[in-house]
Amino acid sequence: MDLTTDFFTLFQLPRLFRLDLSALEARYLEIQGEVHPDRFVQADERARRQAAQWAARVNEGCLTLKKPLERAKYLLFLAGHDLEAERNTVMEPAFLIEQMEWREAAEEARNGRDHHALERLHHRLHQDLAGRYRALAALLDDQRDWPAAAHETRRLMFLEKLRLEIDDALAALEDEGIY
Amino acid sequence: MSYSVKVIDHYENPRNVGGFDQDEESVGTGMVGAPACGDVMKLQIKVGANGVIEDARFKTYGCGSAIASSSLVTEWVKGKTVEEALEIKNTQIAEELALPPVKIHCSILAEDAIKAAVSDYRQKHPK
Repeated sequence: MDLTTDFFTLFQLPRLFRLDLSALEARYLEIQGEVHPDRFVQADERARRQAAQWAARVNEGCLTLKKPLERAKYLLFLAGHDLEAERNTVMEPAFLIEQMEWREAAEEARNGRDHHALERLHHRLHQDLAGRYRALAALLDDQRDWPAAAHETRRLMFLEKLRLEIDDALAALEDEGIY
Repeated sequence: MSYSVKVIDHYENPRNVGGFDQDEESVGTGMVGAPACGDVMKLQIKVGANGVIEDARFKTYGCGSAIASSSLVTEWVKGKTVEEALEIKNTQIAEELALPPVKIHCSILAEDAIKAAVSDYRQKHPK
């Protein structure tokens, strides 16, 4: 096995955003089984260490390819296209205003312990994300338009953060046992 | 990761939170966002007839460092001319708040927010 191959090669999958997740899962389990530490209990130190490295690499690869946002970032990285996520702070004003409104609505719903409002936001966001990921798939797989794909990926980084916040708020309410 | 005392102070007692009427002639509005952390920041300046920033407001959705960075710069820009405000660098913000390397982008966001606010103000007041 080669530690330097990219994750798509590692799992013998085509380098595409539209990924067969069940094939990924199957290949993951297969390789993980081959390098599982239990199989190397009797092996020498070097073989054990190598197996551990492999297990870590395979885990990292699976985590990277499984989540659509991480997969998109990784495809852009392989294409040599820098996301400039740290430096690129200038998004279109309309998008940022919309983000502000989303966050305000989420904050208000959280502070007001409004479970229904949070559910509605969650649902709206879910639909918005689904549409954006479909568009991103076309940009990455069909058009191979890296700059446009990077732009959409940057937008999705905001929306995924928002999703986390809404999910956390919902979980917190559910923990309190109000619902 | 632990926050510095100054970050915690600005985070717990943020200065100048809120907003001005965006359409007012004397107001410049900057909206920026950092994809790395998904933070969104709105910074507004209110400029007097003499070109001096009289007041500033911000609204930030993000981590403690992003809130502290924007709170700090709203304090810093007050009393400065718009030209002087443009000289504020993210490194100064990061230094003042003792931001760790992984949070430098929060200070970049705050610097860019000032630039965006000044640029919006200048669009309203072409020379």
